[in-house]
Amino acid sequence: MSIAVAFEKARAEGRALLVGCMPAGFPTVDGSIAAMTAMVEAGVDVIEVELPYSDPVMDGPVIQKASDIALANGVRLADGLRVIEAVAATGAPVVTMTYWNPIQKYGVDAFARDLAAAGGTGLITPDLIPDEADEWLAASDAYGLDRTFLVSPSSTDARIAMTVAHCRGFVYATALMGVTGAREQTSADAPALVRRVRAVTDLPVGVGLGVGNGAQATEVGSFADGVIVGSALIRCLLGAPDLAAGLDALRALSTELAAGVRAVRR
Amino acid sequence: MSATATAGESGLLPDATGHFGRYGGRFVPEALVAALDELDAAYRHAMADDAFQAEFGALLRDYAGAPSLLYRAERLSARVGAQILLKREDLNHTGAHKVRNVLGQALLSKRMGKNRVIAETGAGQHGVASATAAALLDLECVVYMGEVDTERQALNVARMRMLGATVVPVTTGSRTLKDACNEALRDWVANVAHTHYLLGTASGPHPFPSMVRDFVRGIGVEARQQCLDQLGRLPDAVTACVGGGSNAIGIFHAFVPDADVRLYGFEAGGEGVETGRHAASITGGSLGVLHGARTYLLQDADGQTLDSHSISAGLDYPAVGPEHAWLADAGRATYAPVTDAEAMDAFQLLCRTEGIIPAIESSHALAGTLKIIPALTEELGREPTIVVNLSGRGDKDVQTAGTYFGILDGRDGQHG
Repeated sequence: MSIAVAFEKARAEGRALLVGCMPAGFPTVDGSIAAMTAMVEAGVDVIEVELPYSDPVMDGPVIQKASDIALANGVRLADGLRVIEAVAATGAPVVTMTYWNPIQKYGVDAFARDLAAAGGTGLITPDLIPDEADEWLAASDAYGLDRTFLVSPSSTDARIAMTVAHCRGFVYATALMGVTGAREQTSADAPALVRRVRAVTDLPVGVGLGVGNGAQATEVGSFADGVIVGSALIRCLLGAPDLAAGLDALRALSTELAAGVRAVRR
Repeated sequence: MSATATAGESGLLPDATGHFGRYGGRFVPEALVAALDELDAAYRHAMADDAFQAEFGALLRDYAGAPSLLYRAERLSARVGAQILLKREDLNHTGAHKVRNVLGQALLSKRMGKNRVIAETGAGQHGVASATAAALLDLECVVYMGEVDTERQALNVARMRMLGATVVPVTTGSRTLKDACNEALRDWVANVAHTHYLLGTASGPHPFPSMVRDFVRGIGVEARQQCLDQLGRLPDAVTACVGGGSNAIGIFHAFVPDADVRLYGFEAGGEGVETGRHAASITGGSLGVLHGARTYLLQDADGQTLDSHSISAGLDYPAVGPEHAWLADAGRATYAPVTDAEAMDAFQLLCRTEGIIPAIESSHALAGTLKIIPALTEELGREPTIVVNLSGRGDKDVQTAGTYFGILDGRDGQHG
């Protein structure tokens, strides 16, 4: 299923779509496949597979810690592609997120080719802006991959228009000025940012940064097409005594978040 | 931008979007773009503003001690068979060239109405310089420093605190300089409306590489004029150490159009580039993206950043400013590694011949200079004249050097 179809389906059901993020290879390659499969089974609509990077400046301490664990275990980019393939086999759309250097090192065209072959639908680029993205624009076109660039509350209207014009699939609105990580409150800036994006595109808008429970998912889902959750899900595994306990916690939170996006009243 | 364009004809490089040929640019979260645009506009406006230039110039002269001396090192020269002129940035306030950059950026921060500055630091030199400028200009200052480094450099942590700065130990990743950079970037993303990121070297996203260069390029402007005044001609070569590359670009830039002046940048070869334990991004790294710029860096086959190694904390960084990457590709400057051992030999030589204790960083420039003298002499058919950027003083390195030479507790040295 493509991302576009998944968003349409959620829209037809009068609810928001739930995106759950997990680093590939955390806590192990098989463990991450089990985690993402559990998320799908618990009602997460789209899985965002983060390929671990040593210097993830857009991510907060939770994702950095999980990425560090994966890298310390020797996870390679090829392992990440294997995770994508396994999760895509569940039938859930898989979108990938990673920083630009691993992709540049792998080879932009080769990465796009292998991502598409693994069943990935597209790529979220936290540190690649369209201004620097010529190679990625060409490669993603060549292999039919979606492109999700980020917009931020500090983006000018002109930059939002330019950025979404280069997006395909969905737009990622970073709702808070800050890095990823669950917070007590979601941002008041978020609805305004989503309105500004919708003024210039029909693409669905996903909102990330800060969602940690069902009530917040409902709140964000009331104004965004997609609710993106990462750190709170990862914390289920980080804080667990073993993988089985972590997966139980992950299932419980995924179920709560999935109910949250279904409680949206539009 | 063609690769044959002449660098350094002021304003030519980088291009309008911050590219030095294929290097530089902005590989950053969109959340920072507005702040980088704001900074770029403020920097361009300030550089064209006589009042800003006058204020910056007065601070450099009256507070930092610029122009620094160009000193003819006679005893060293006699020993090594070349006329060596030392650009004495070690005599600046706070002991290094870095004071130029922090004063420029702190003034700019005030001008933008941002009263909070953040900085990353490795050994603490840039942190101390930032805390100094912040104290002078009444700015709040937060310094991110890897936890490992806060333990290794406790005195510099104390210095920063004396100057009123808050030091935040960074516990993520390798807990060293690159992780301090990551944390500073994260802070900036979150607090960009009222905070300026006072970046410590000529790297990072546009406009930092060109802006930092412009704040430190006075080193080369002064040295060039001092050569004309003292020698009646330009030197045969200009040399500097290269970590991130600010002192090197600072002394190179004014000489780039002088085709007869050879430019040499010496990277930290650590235990030897062939051992993998080094910090030589140009000579031992490969093309990539780190901390906002496309440049040369140390990375593994998957593009994960590798840890750098150098006896010099100030050179211990796994990437290099994009203008150096461009100068290397264009062939305008030559870059070569210098090992820890070679640097420490040069450190001791300068102590004993001139009574100057150099920073270990600057000792790499000296050591590299010694290595190029024979070939340069042969090429010129005479004794060469070489300006060495003595970018910093060695007070901060007494512990490291004393341990290296085994003289801290009176035991015989293993290396001396």
